[in-house]
Amino acid sequence: MQFFGGSDISPSPPAPTASGNNAHMMYVFNRNGVCLLYREWNRPLHTLNAQQDHKLMFGLLFSLKSLTAKMDPTSFENHEMCSLDKGNLGVPQLPGQGCSFHSFRTNTYKLSFMETPSGLKIILITHPKTGDLRESLKYIYNLYVEYVVKNPIYTPGAPIRCELFNTSLDQYVRSIS
Amino acid sequence: MAAIYSLYIINKSGGLIFYKDYGSAGRMDTNDSLRVASLWHSMHAISQQLSPTVGCLGIELLEADTFDLHCFQSLTGGYLNPFIYLFIYKHTRYWFFLPSTGTKLFVVCEPGTQHMEGLLKVIYELYTDYVLKNPFYEMEMPIRCELFDINLSQAIQKDRVALLGR
Repeated sequence: MQFFGGSDISPSPPAPTASGNNAHMMYVFNRNGVCLLYREWNRPLHTLNAQQDHKLMFGLLFSLKSLTAKMDPTSFENHEMCSLDKGNLGVPQLPGQGCSFHSFRTNTYKLSFMETPSGLKIILITHPKTGDLRESLKYIYNLYVEYVVKNPIYTPGAPIRCELFNTSLDQYVRSIS
Repeated sequence: MAAIYSLYIINKSGGLIFYKDYGSAGRMDTNDSLRVASLWHSMHAISQQLSPTVGCLGIELLEADTFDLHCFQSLTGGYLNPFIYLFIYKHTRYWFFLPSTGTKLFVVCEPGTQHMEGLLKVIYELYTDYVLKNPFYEMEMPIRCELFDINLSQAIQKDRVALLGR
């Protein structure tokens, strides 16, 4: 698990890979699975109501993470390490523990995922042809630190309602992918 | 070094019908491989429901920290296209989502391995030739076909040689 450097926003955001707005939506979850932020830019299909959709998304990420931790082909599973490292399927894992994942791709979308050491999960859903968005997610995390965490009126764990964060996020997301 | 770490084939209801390990550290036991396979089946279906646009057919590539998982779904067996249907009962509207479920093949390989779609196609061809055309094979049951095993290990070996040759 890599930890992220200083909280100051780097002067130049990562270079965009192509032009145009390819982002579909974005979710931010805290470590308890509460959806702190949901932004939608381009989503023609809704199969569920908002609350069910957030629950399903968090469940998908949770299960995929325990799946990747279990499948990890590079770490040995000895008996005393078994419960510690690879875990059993479905048992929650701490952020940074076990093998995690950073993206998956289907024929209609690509989901990029980042988990911070504090358990905050940032999920960005974009066009399937977008490249690696790990740097972009780190930049969005920096925006979160700058505009949400440093906001004196914001109570940690509450849904994010910061105008400045939303506008800078929209602006940045339009520039990527 | 093998080209791939392991290969799984799951039937349309999520049961593991074939699993082969090509030298990953800490081989999974039978129960765990069954659990992982059915978990993948459900994750594949949920990913279709969360799609922002219509026509999603599930995860094709999962990029984890230490491996890549490439998945290929056959077009036969199960439902071909995912669709949403609606029924009305006592003036309440119920929406149902029916994901597409076919036979799924997935391989676990090193991060950034390139030509895995081709290998999956080759494995699928072997599956149709030596498993589905086998008169003694019952659909959706575990695969125990000697010819499939032989040809599969040849294909993997050829792939490994191609990988090392580059």
